[in-house]
Amino acid sequence: MSQTLDPTVDPSTAAVGDARDAGVSVRNLWKIFGPRADKVLGTPDAELSRKELKAKTGCVVGVKDVSFDVAPGEVFVVMGLSGSGKSTLVRCLTRLIEPTSGTVLIDGRDVTAASESELRDLRRNHASMVFQHFGLLPHRQVIDNVAYGLEIRGVPKRERRAKAAEVVDLVGLTGYEKSYPDQLSGGMQQRVGLARALAGDPSLLLFDEPFSALDPLIRRDMQNEVIRLHHELGKTMVFITHDLQEALKLGDRILIMRDGEVVQIGTPDEVVGAPADDYVKDFTSEVPRSHVLTLKWVMRDPRPGDSTEGPVMPCDTVVRKAAQAALASEHPVRVVDDAGNVIGIVDDDAILRVVVAEEESH
Amino acid sequence: MAATTAPPAPARAEPGAAPQEAEDRGTSRLLLVLGVVAVWILVWAFTKGQDTLTLSGRERTPVMDDLGAFRDSVLASRDSNPLIQLTYGVGEAFVAAIDWLQRMVSIPDFPRPVPQIGWLGVTAVATFVGYAIANWRIALLVLASFLSFGAFGYWSEAMDLLLVTFVAVGLSVVIGMPLAVLIAYRRRAETVFTNLLDLMQTMPTFVYLLPIVLFFGIGASTAVVCTLIYALPPLIRIAGHGIKSVSASTLEATDSAGQTFWQRLTKVQLPMARKTIVVGVNQTTMAALSMATIASFVDGPGLGKPVLSALVKSDVGGAVVPGLLIVLMAVMLDRATTAASERGELVARGHGPDPRVHRVVLGAGLVLAAVAVYVSRLYPWAAEFPGTPLRDTAASWSDATVAWFTDTFGGVAGGLADAVSYGLLNPMQALLAESPWWLAGSALVAISAVAGGVRAAVAALVCLGGLRFLGLWHDSMITLTMTLVATLMVMVLALVLGVWMARRSSVDLVLRPLLDMGQTIPPFVYLIPVLALFGPTRFTAIVAGVIYAAPAAIKLVADGVKGVSQGTLEASRSTGATTWQEITKVQLPMAKGSLVLAANQGLLYVLAMAVIGGMVGAGALGYDVVLGFSRSEEWGKGAAAGLSIVLLGIMLDRVMRAAAHHTH
Amino acid sequence: MLNQLTKARWAVVAACSALALTACGGGTIEQQTEENAAAAAEAGGECGELNMAVNPWVGYEANAYVVGTVAERELGCTVNYKDLKEDVSWQGFGTGEVDVVIEDWGHPDLEKKFFEGTGDGSATDFGPTGNVGIIGWYVPPWLAAEHPDILDYKNLNKYAEEFATSESGGLGQFLGADPSYVQFDEAIVSNLGLDFKVVFSGSEAASIQAFQKAEENKEFLIGYFYEPQWLFAELPLEKVSLPPYEAGCQDDPAKVACDYPETELKKIVSTEWAESGSPSVDLVKNFSWTNEDQNLVAKYISQEGMSPADAAARWVEENPDKVEAWLG
Repeated sequence: MSQTLDPTVDPSTAAVGDARDAGVSVRNLWKIFGPRADKVLGTPDAELSRKELKAKTGCVVGVKDVSFDVAPGEVFVVMGLSGSGKSTLVRCLTRLIEPTSGTVLIDGRDVTAASESELRDLRRNHASMVFQHFGLLPHRQVIDNVAYGLEIRGVPKRERRAKAAEVVDLVGLTGYEKSYPDQLSGGMQQRVGLARALAGDPSLLLFDEPFSALDPLIRRDMQNEVIRLHHELGKTMVFITHDLQEALKLGDRILIMRDGEVVQIGTPDEVVGAPADDYVKDFTSEVPRSHVLTLKWVMRDPRPGDSTEGPVMPCDTVVRKAAQAALASEHPVRVVDDAGNVIGIVDDDAILRVVVAEEESH
Repeated sequence: MAATTAPPAPARAEPGAAPQEAEDRGTSRLLLVLGVVAVWILVWAFTKGQDTLTLSGRERTPVMDDLGAFRDSVLASRDSNPLIQLTYGVGEAFVAAIDWLQRMVSIPDFPRPVPQIGWLGVTAVATFVGYAIANWRIALLVLASFLSFGAFGYWSEAMDLLLVTFVAVGLSVVIGMPLAVLIAYRRRAETVFTNLLDLMQTMPTFVYLLPIVLFFGIGASTAVVCTLIYALPPLIRIAGHGIKSVSASTLEATDSAGQTFWQRLTKVQLPMARKTIVVGVNQTTMAALSMATIASFVDGPGLGKPVLSALVKSDVGGAVVPGLLIVLMAVMLDRATTAASERGELVARGHGPDPRVHRVVLGAGLVLAAVAVYVSRLYPWAAEFPGTPLRDTAASWSDATVAWFTDTFGGVAGGLADAVSYGLLNPMQALLAESPWWLAGSALVAISAVAGGVRAAVAALVCLGGLRFLGLWHDSMITLTMTLVATLMVMVLALVLGVWMARRSSVDLVLRPLLDMGQTIPPFVYLIPVLALFGPTRFTAIVAGVIYAAPAAIKLVADGVKGVSQGTLEASRSTGATTWQEITKVQLPMAKGSLVLAANQGLLYVLAMAVIGGMVGAGALGYDVVLGFSRSEEWGKGAAAGLSIVLLGIMLDRVMRAAAHHTH
Repeated sequence: MLNQLTKARWAVVAACSALALTACGGGTIEQQTEENAAAAAEAGGECGELNMAVNPWVGYEANAYVVGTVAERELGCTVNYKDLKEDVSWQGFGTGEVDVVIEDWGHPDLEKKFFEGTGDGSATDFGPTGNVGIIGWYVPPWLAAEHPDILDYKNLNKYAEEFATSESGGLGQFLGADPSYVQFDEAIVSNLGLDFKVVFSGSEAASIQAFQKAEENKEFLIGYFYEPQWLFAELPLEKVSLPPYEAGCQDDPAKVACDYPETELKKIVSTEWAESGSPSVDLVKNFSWTNEDQNLVAKYISQEGMSPADAAARWVEENPDKVEAWLG
């Protein structure tokens, strides 16, 4: 996955860029479940913790004042443990769950103010979703499951089947068009789910823990599949997961949620290298840092006496990838920015510190 | 009153629940109930016979007279009441339509000496349809069924019943499906409807048969309307349940694709609930068939007529044969609709016949059917089913079998009847019906409160209040006694046979068709043999109720026990549990949901037979209903009795459900 | 697949041979249709349709089908037999769905509702059928033979214990009847001081079974029954004498202490039909026969297993003179 965003951008400012340019833009989104939920907003009660609010009003906060932007073509991962509100959040984006307040813009359209038919249009043409439990229609063959979105748009049968057949090929299900969902393995069923989401050619794909129900090996295949599709199609993706590895692997940026609130938004290396609090730190402690951290995180400032013989590497090179070349060379690695200016130096010690620390922690 | 016969998933233990505590609570509640009963008996000893509110045979209360007067005023206004004018017009159009259909297939279309299409044509077309909508096995079943209708000499009655059933079921679907969708979508509608459907299902037909005649006229129209009232609830309930149970994740996924309400309904919910809906339609069909005999009291055409006319002659054989043909028709319709509903998918999955062969067979079948229709319009042998001696042979054979049965088991039966009557029925009835009404009433409310908490107590209080108001308290208590005893017997049978069936598939194979038969054969068919065994007694009524109610309960228990996870069973076996331990400690507790549903359904089915009980000497509410149906001056009393039966049903249902809920 | 193809071919062969067979089947449907049409034209359609209620007991069936058969054969009427309970039948007069109730055992409440004067006038009394209903208390023949004194109500208490059943709460059981009939048994029992309790059989079928069972097993049984009834051909029940009926002794239902009166069975018809001028009106008006006549037809139906139509046809053929008298 290409790291398209400048990692030095402060996450808080990233969240409030120009909403019009963003693929998805979320501002002050709230979802409170329970009787008279809307009455809680704007009162001091809203600031209570989940437990206290539940005890006091019987309401449960699902999403608490969340704002973020997703750039077009970005893979944005929302990560959190179960109950953190991440699934609620993604459902609020297309109003499968009606938000209590806040705004959501997709491709510049205000979803939260959309009428019934505008919302339908959005769901049909702009945003598709892939679900944890697939949500396939058991009474339809694969091809007709994939074509479902087109069917409800009123695309004629021949045309939608042709389009669906293309997408079925794209996700690698060629030959299974006439199968029924119950005749497929979990992984293949999720490929159908993926194909169904892609068939309508939306600009935004939403994934709600799509691979949680799959075996580890198949999960890895499917993750690679998503990466491949992202390369080929370049769609904006919002991806929900509770698996940090998955988040780090897929995400251009990661939003970490806890109890409905945003804890941190950042690139994978930011999350691992500069956890916002102990919660995130604890979370990321098991992560093999050399797989995530880039040279930026281990370099020191260049000094006048530094060797100029060493290999030159971009600052967003992952440590693990840089390790072999760096250790093989007599001279320290020179780290350069996009413009080619040397911005730092990484020596063997710096690399070994990351790799050895990892060994020890295991 | 959930009419669904689909077994609920076996109860899962809540993780982290404290089973020990629950058990203790159960024991202490049982002790409390026993305590209430002890106090009841004590007070009863001093007060029995007082304030029992006994009414003699033809005595009425002002409430009953008011009900009767209301009926009379509706009757008196029939020439001016616009509603009656309207419905009567509908009824007339309806009768005309049915009459036209009958002339096509079942009765002579004057001046023709025979119907337009003879048996050969009808049989050929039906067989063809069986093949076209399902498969060749169903076609064979249809062929065999139609030939049986003719060979046993009930061709035109069978055709009439089929016509009325098709029309009634068709209307049920047209009216019932939108309502099913409504209750699936609107919680409040469901609450309202549940009570209304309970009323429709438990109100004895005899109560509204005459008023319906007033509105829709004599014959097929009233038969269809009564069938609708009785047969609609299971469809609405089961289909509503099916639509509601469609996987939420699929709905969400398809919603996220931007479907409209209508697309959601027609492309997702209805297709996914198809199996359940077909179960509902089949239940409705069975209910429609079971109305056949009742409908013949108002000239409703069909196989019920010969059953009824045999009954008035005490002609067992004459009733058994058409009764069994009703069963055959039920089996045929059930299997055909089920197979037809599965066909599309089977074919798409490649399990169907080769499409080219299928087309050839269809074409040939169509030609054949057309030829048969043509021939049956021309030649007498193809128009009128050739007489066979089968009818008389079957009738006398049934007579002989029943006679042998009653002779052989008469003695045992008498002993059994006396044992149950003196040992269980009389003491219970003495306590319930001979207590002062306020004593029995408070005791019942107290027991409900202990067993099911506040909700149950409120339900009991409201229903008992209604019973008191309607004025048939004493009769209600007798009917309650009989219902409880019969339900007890049903549950004993259900547990023994249900577990046996679940554990031995060979037993299941043998019993299941018999149970299907028990559920669909009209009670009037076995009334005479049962009367011959037990005489006109409450026990006879109980036996009739048990025959009618046990099959459903047995099936529910069998399916529930069978649904217990194999993994759990294996685990229990691995600990070295004996068969008995396995049944009592694993299978039955885990199938608790099914057991509760079985008891609940058993109870309501038993109650539904209260009226039949009244016709075989059980007296009480059942007799009052029959009385109201037979003597116009007693209609008010019959209506009050019908309402009392409804109240008893609602009370027992709510208390039982609350009690089952309470133990979780 | 091959199998199915052969099957299809087989079916075609079968169809062809069926066609061939029909060639020698004769063409009688068409002939008969023409005959029927001609016969209808000849009758001039004067009579039209006759809607005959058929109440659910055999004696009634005998009356209905005998009158119906004559109407069909002699007057060319189209008779529609409608299986109905009494209340429904009366309700049908006003709507034209029912023309004739051919055996009525007395329904004061219905008369009040539907006769001219007190009601809407849709029903008219068409006089007696000639049959006499004898309602009363009956015992099975063996009991009468073994204990002849039981036929007097005064001796009933002597045997009360013998009549006890599980249903009668320690007293003797008196089997009340099908609720369709007027009954005062509870009052009679209590006003005559009998140690009996009335247990309602609830239906005619239950009463008949009870008497049959009692005779077969030599059990004690006493209950409400009536003549004419087909059961008497098989099982001549014996009537128990109660204090004789006197005019007015049944006026107050609570104080009844006398026997039931002999009931003149009546014909009740639709007023509109009675004024229609159909030739069948006179037939119904003139129809009258004896208990013996009815019992004979009832016996054909219940004992000999004939259909009501066949039984009636047989009687009509055997009794041309009586039929002639009805036709005037």
